[in-house]
Amino acid sequence: MIQRFLAVLRARNLEFLRDRSTLGWNIALPVFIVLGMWLLFSGGEKPLFKVAVFSGGAPLISLHNDFLETHFIQFYSAPDIQSAVRKVEHDQSDMLLDLHDPTHPHYWVNESSPKGYILEKILSGEKDVHYTRESVSGRAIRYVDWLVPGVLGMNMMFSCLFGVGYVIVRYRKNGFLKRLNATPLKAVEFIAAQVASRLILIMLITIAVFIGTDLLVGFYMSGSYLALLLVAILGATSMISLGLLIAARVASEELAGGLLNLLSWPMMFLSGVWFSLEGTPPWLQHAAAILPLTQLLEGARAVMLDGAGVVQILPNLLALAGMTILFLAVGALGFKWKND
Amino acid sequence: MPDIIEVSHLVKHYPAVKAVDDISFSVRQGECFGMLGPNGAGKTTTVEIMEGITSATHGTVHYQGEPMGPRFRSEVGIQFQSTALQDFLTVRETLHLFRNFYPRGMLLEELAKLCALEDYLDRDARKLSGGQRQRLLLALALVNDPVLLFLDEPTTGLDPQARHNFWGLIRDVKARGKTVILTTHYMEEAYLLCDRIIIMDHGRIIAEGRPASLMAHHFQDAVLQLPQEDFRPVRDVITENTKPVGEYVEITTSDINASIALLLSHGVSLAHLQIRARTLEDLFLELTGRELRA
Repeated sequence: MIQRFLAVLRARNLEFLRDRSTLGWNIALPVFIVLGMWLLFSGGEKPLFKVAVFSGGAPLISLHNDFLETHFIQFYSAPDIQSAVRKVEHDQSDMLLDLHDPTHPHYWVNESSPKGYILEKILSGEKDVHYTRESVSGRAIRYVDWLVPGVLGMNMMFSCLFGVGYVIVRYRKNGFLKRLNATPLKAVEFIAAQVASRLILIMLITIAVFIGTDLLVGFYMSGSYLALLLVAILGATSMISLGLLIAARVASEELAGGLLNLLSWPMMFLSGVWFSLEGTPPWLQHAAAILPLTQLLEGARAVMLDGAGVVQILPNLLALAGMTILFLAVGALGFKWKND
Repeated sequence: MPDIIEVSHLVKHYPAVKAVDDISFSVRQGECFGMLGPNGAGKTTTVEIMEGITSATHGTVHYQGEPMGPRFRSEVGIQFQSTALQDFLTVRETLHLFRNFYPRGMLLEELAKLCALEDYLDRDARKLSGGQRQRLLLALALVNDPVLLFLDEPTTGLDPQARHNFWGLIRDVKARGKTVILTTHYMEEAYLLCDRIIIMDHGRIIAEGRPASLMAHHFQDAVLQLPQEDFRPVRDVITENTKPVGEYVEITTSDINASIALLLSHGVSLAHLQIRARTLEDLFLELTGRELRA
């Protein structure tokens, strides 16, 4: 059994590595996007100040605070103090105001943030209210730091879905699967080899691209690389399994392409590759949670930006593991070697 | 010789067609067994059921007296009518891939020699010619040193030289004591290679036996071929058992001497006369009224 698995694994790896155009595209696409976004967004900062306000659930307008009327500052409601402080640490917010107790208002600024310094000066002009100062420190998170897990995840998604799903449909259509079915090779051995081959290759590519672009751009990384690797492996496995599920019975490359596009495009926009889903309707966030790329990106960003460990991202890991088992089980049960 | 495979009352229905219609036959160990018929006769469906690739609607296939089990997959070799191979692999890597699917088999060097692939082992399998590719597919079917070998129209699309070379390989394989089941619509191929044949049409067996016996049973005559031009003087005299075939007229006769004497007596030139024995092609036409490759 191991011999048959290894034979298919080796053959598939050779096929992938010798297909220079596909291999090149798998590496070039994420590099171009990461570097492009870095160049695009590193030139200048947005002119607007962003201030988070924790009001204990009360609408900001009901607070009757003069500072909240200041022009050219975007005030938004923070759901809790802890996450809002973290955003100040990472420069995702320029200041946090805690107004839930009007008699004892607090504010947080990042010691190293120039915008925080200016906002503090403006706030000190408020005569009627005395604010208690809290300071935090932390490195600013740029858009490219937030974006990089998204781009690498998106590249993994396309490679896993199309690289496995499309290839298997092609194998079925041209009769290669039928030929394999005439040997003692079992469906589970074939599928396991496809998963392992794609997983090994996409992880090697992703790691290489991550290291290469990190040397150029220098990403923000506050968590452990081991936790990041774990969520990446589970994310890739779940998406390979999804590709196998789509390819389990389909014999038409056109239909497979349509189905894979039907999955990949919503994932690209709803899983938070390019922009955060914060502030979108709750139903949309719930819908996005069933997509493997959402779970992968949530976990990866929690590790990279918030320093989360395996325990903190356990819900993401469990969700990805559950999806993998479900997709693989249904795909293996429904797997067909040939056209009818 | 004992039967290696036994087919009983095989039926295969597809939604709009009955591809195989209650057929039974057996294949003896060590023989080359031919399955003939035009496209759509049901021979590929039958052979795929025998290979365990397609399920039957009714009927059974027994291998060495038992229903087909896991042992069957390890002991048979199959060459499909058309098979794609994994891209970007050399001939050697392709053989290596398939060799690893089996617990036992032939050494790659021996296999390459048997199938005349020694000079192409390091060539990309996609860059082989038609004949070289068919030899690689034969090698893949032999990689496990099978007891029983299925060849489904293995020489379709090959040029005459490549076809003759391939026939030589099949004879070599047969000489190793292997049982060969060959589907083809080349009559010459079946006549030269097969010990026994069945002829199928519309999902049924319409003739079964040794090629020479079938010919002897159905035909005691021969065919005289004359150019239309030369035949013209006797066109109104000899009207029975004649038919135009292209630029020729074919006269079917059981008494060649008498027919030639008749032609000579009417001053017909015999300079371009050809005499040929009846072929399996004729037999098929006789049995079905249709051309074999129609």
